[in-house]
Amino acid sequence: MSLIEKTAGELIELQSSGDATAEAIADSFLASIRVQDPKVQAFLHVDEAAVREQARAVDVKRKTGQKLGALAGVPVAIKDVLCTKGVPTTCSSKMLQNFVPPYDAHVIEKLKAADAVLIGKTNMDEFAMGSSTENSAYFTTRNPWDLERIPGGSSGGSAAAVAACFAPVSLGTDTGGSIRQPASLCGIVGMKPTYGRVSRYGLIAFASSLDQVGPFTHDMYDQALMMEVIAGHDGRDSTSVDRSVPAYTKSLDIPIKPLTIGVAKEYFGGGLDSEVEASIRTALKEYEKLGATVKEVSLPHSKYAIAVYYLVATAEASSNLARYDGMHYGHRAKGKLDLISMYSRTRAEGFGQEVQRRIMLGTYALSSGYKDAYYLKALKVRRLIKNDFDQAFSECDVILGPTAPTAAFKIGEKSSDPLAMYLSDIFTISCNLAGIAGISIPCGFTKTGLPIGLQIQAPPFEEEKMLRVAKMFENATDWHTKRAKVG
Amino acid sequence: MSSPYQIVVGLEVHVQLLTQSKLFCGCSTKFGASPNSQVCPVCLGMPGVLPVMNRKAFDLSLRAALALNLNIASFTKWDRKNYYYPDLPKNFQISQYDLPFSYEGFLEINAASDPKKEYKPKRIGIIRAHLEEDAGKNMHDESGKGGDSKVDLNRTGTPLLEIVSKPELSSPEEAKAYLDEIRLMLREIGVSDCEMQEGSLRCDANVNIHIQHEGELAATPLVEVKNLNSFGSVAKSIAYEAERQYAEFQKDPKNYRIGNFSKTTAGWNDAKGVTVVQRHKEEAADYRYFPEPDLVPVVVSKEEIEAARAAMGELPSQQRKRLQESPFSLSAYDAGVLSAKGRRMVSYYEEVAKEIGDGKQVMNRLSDLVMGTLNERKEEIDQFPITAPKFTDFMKATAKVNQQDRRDVFKHMLENQSDAATAMTALGIKSAADFDEGALRQAVKDAIAANPAALEDFKKGKTAAANRIKGHVMKTQKGAPNDVVQKLLDEELLKA
Ligand SMILES: [Zn+2]
Repeated sequence: MSLIEKTAGELIELQSSGDATAEAIADSFLASIRVQDPKVQAFLHVDEAAVREQARAVDVKRKTGQKLGALAGVPVAIKDVLCTKGVPTTCSSKMLQNFVPPYDAHVIEKLKAADAVLIGKTNMDEFAMGSSTENSAYFTTRNPWDLERIPGGSSGGSAAAVAACFAPVSLGTDTGGSIRQPASLCGIVGMKPTYGRVSRYGLIAFASSLDQVGPFTHDMYDQALMMEVIAGHDGRDSTSVDRSVPAYTKSLDIPIKPLTIGVAKEYFGGGLDSEVEASIRTALKEYEKLGATVKEVSLPHSKYAIAVYYLVATAEASSNLARYDGMHYGHRAKGKLDLISMYSRTRAEGFGQEVQRRIMLGTYALSSGYKDAYYLKALKVRRLIKNDFDQAFSECDVILGPTAPTAAFKIGEKSSDPLAMYLSDIFTISCNLAGIAGISIPCGFTKTGLPIGLQIQAPPFEEEKMLRVAKMFENATDWHTKRAKVG
Repeated sequence: MSSPYQIVVGLEVHVQLLTQSKLFCGCSTKFGASPNSQVCPVCLGMPGVLPVMNRKAFDLSLRAALALNLNIASFTKWDRKNYYYPDLPKNFQISQYDLPFSYEGFLEINAASDPKKEYKPKRIGIIRAHLEEDAGKNMHDESGKGGDSKVDLNRTGTPLLEIVSKPELSSPEEAKAYLDEIRLMLREIGVSDCEMQEGSLRCDANVNIHIQHEGELAATPLVEVKNLNSFGSVAKSIAYEAERQYAEFQKDPKNYRIGNFSKTTAGWNDAKGVTVVQRHKEEAADYRYFPEPDLVPVVVSKEEIEAARAAMGELPSQQRKRLQESPFSLSAYDAGVLSAKGRRMVSYYEEVAKEIGDGKQVMNRLSDLVMGTLNERKEEIDQFPITAPKFTDFMKATAKVNQQDRRDVFKHMLENQSDAATAMTALGIKSAADFDEGALRQAVKDAIAANPAALEDFKKGKTAAANRIKGHVMKTQKGAPNDVVQKLLDEELLKA
């Protein structure tokens, strides 16, 4: 097994045992990117010299006996929605083509403090709006398992980077499934932590009440490791919660016993691909073999989740993205224009179709005369969706189901049909609306060799339990050891 | 004489809070720094940054709300007010929409028709006060050469308290009195310096008039007047709007019913003394308010309210009431004048009055000598060289001295940084204690004898002639107590 196929946990051990240096590890991944990324197109920005410099600094620290952080020498790919000081941060938008933040996001500070090696910024749907990475203003990232197919989105670049072994781990953001859906489609693990578990400081907002940062990894140990580094309170994010962070890696291997698994009947309706359903049913049987009780639960309002999401998220987005007007930074339309023309041309040029569509939708939902019927009603239904989960979790420990209704679809297949595209998040969206935790883990492949993901959802701040439940499955299966062969 | 209409005014007052740092970031709020030198990613609205509430600002606004007799909401939240403007980098303002932190209060103002002569308290209802962030400043090229406009974002994010009154002000004078009282009170309790010139107090006036017309009450449409840059222009613009609206009404009185018309926004042109319509309601912005998802709601505890109340101290209205009671026993008018000078003047007064005993007389001396001098010298009472103990000595020493001599002594003390005794010695003015009545009576007798013509006139009934004799006495008896001289003169003239 070459270095690039290893997990972060393994790479850390190789360095402590003296079998690999951070620089050698960085070089292997950079070489992999150099050769394969022209096909996958996961990265927007890789600065090889800066990567080597970070890796060498870790090696020097180790040699001189200095204390090393929890991710020493581990390359981490970063979704380009997270601000990195002195490094371009574009959100895959023309609007921020030349934007270089003068500050690091909270999670970036945490990674740096943990001696991680930031390997590059990854492609995404523009401003995290999309489910395929086709909405990037720059290029479409390919699924490493099948280059004709999308990697999912919006964190498609970060998911593809891990699946293609360009980095052992990466960070994404999840507003309605943007970590879990691409993790599922790329055959890796991806978690959306509880809202408030990880600071959003420096995460360029799409929908503030839904956005959350989370890790992509090959396995559960790396998830636990990454969460120990990035989770925790941050005074700069008023919505980040002041709760201690459990030692996820320490308890990971202790199975949950007794374990009651909730299965929501609403997740097995029309639109769910039969191969995906079969994989999920098999996974449920596996859990039963491990001693779990499987119980049907109900999430009656989940049928409204997509409608609610596209009102709440777009309303917030219409306001969050108002700042991109060409006035103080970012793209500005050329020519001597009056104020209104400058605003409208800048935004027409700087934003892609989907971003414009969502800004208009959100503006409409908040407009006087429509706000009660759309935005305010959506908030009420959001509360009902949350209540559904509270009720369900009173009867079970976690809720299991599919992450996405289908495996990865072909590039262009849904890009002209926004509604079909929106439906690919049907199983992931309510988790964000309810503010709970969710994770997608690999649980099989279609006949054509495309990965399938199993979603586990847990009550707020029960990431520890969620990880342990997922680890039980990982210990009993070998899906997490599969690596894509980039064709 | 009664006016053909009733003016109805509500004021929206914005005051900047006296915090060291901005409402949602750590930048300084100091006025007058070079453009864009007090900014950070948060107040510049850069991508990915988040607001964090400045609890100090919230505490100060609690204090202000309690002083305005407002109810404090136990739960309050933040909302976004969305509009595009270059001085607003996020293109939304964090404000409070449907759940302001305070509601339903009142402010007592002096509603006397001549506030310089009397004090007539009136309670003006306050609908709400809420906290929000200020915008920056757009600076346009005024050379007429079409140069670039510039934006200074130093002010962006400064905490701003918006105080909305009920439409219960009935005249330009009341509007001015309301502003005077708000400014006095907010300065006194340390919430804001309320400098209209520096923009730390801003005011918009909602004006219309009610008219009894053919037995029915008619009302003109509401006009919101903006660009008001002094209390004077607030009053002038209200008077102008009332007249303009009445003239408009008279053109077609049938068309006016209460609540029938939309609101217009107008700007006040101070140079021309007119209002200029800016936009009609149909063109009004839709601010698309919604709850600010980046901030958590604020829960206010009883302890915090009590702490804010304790920090508030005595309010001008409480002070006025106390000054009218024993031991000061000032008139409502005097209490108003004194209170309007601020807490430090009141304590100066109290220190002197407690020693002298006659609160009314101390107030007279203060307004005759100290207040005017402070105005001339543009000084504050706590920098004044004649301290309260010195002024107390001065009052005792000059108790029986005539007004002119008293003023001379005061002036001498001020110019030479001296005390009352030194000044009087220097000026050759004897203090009350230095005169014995026998000697003074002799001096009066001598003066009568020396002025036979005046005595003759007095006897013919020209009582003013007595003043000539008195003047003669005072020439030789500098500093002699006026009332004693008068009494002796009256007695001796009767005998003469
Ligand atoms: Zn700032």
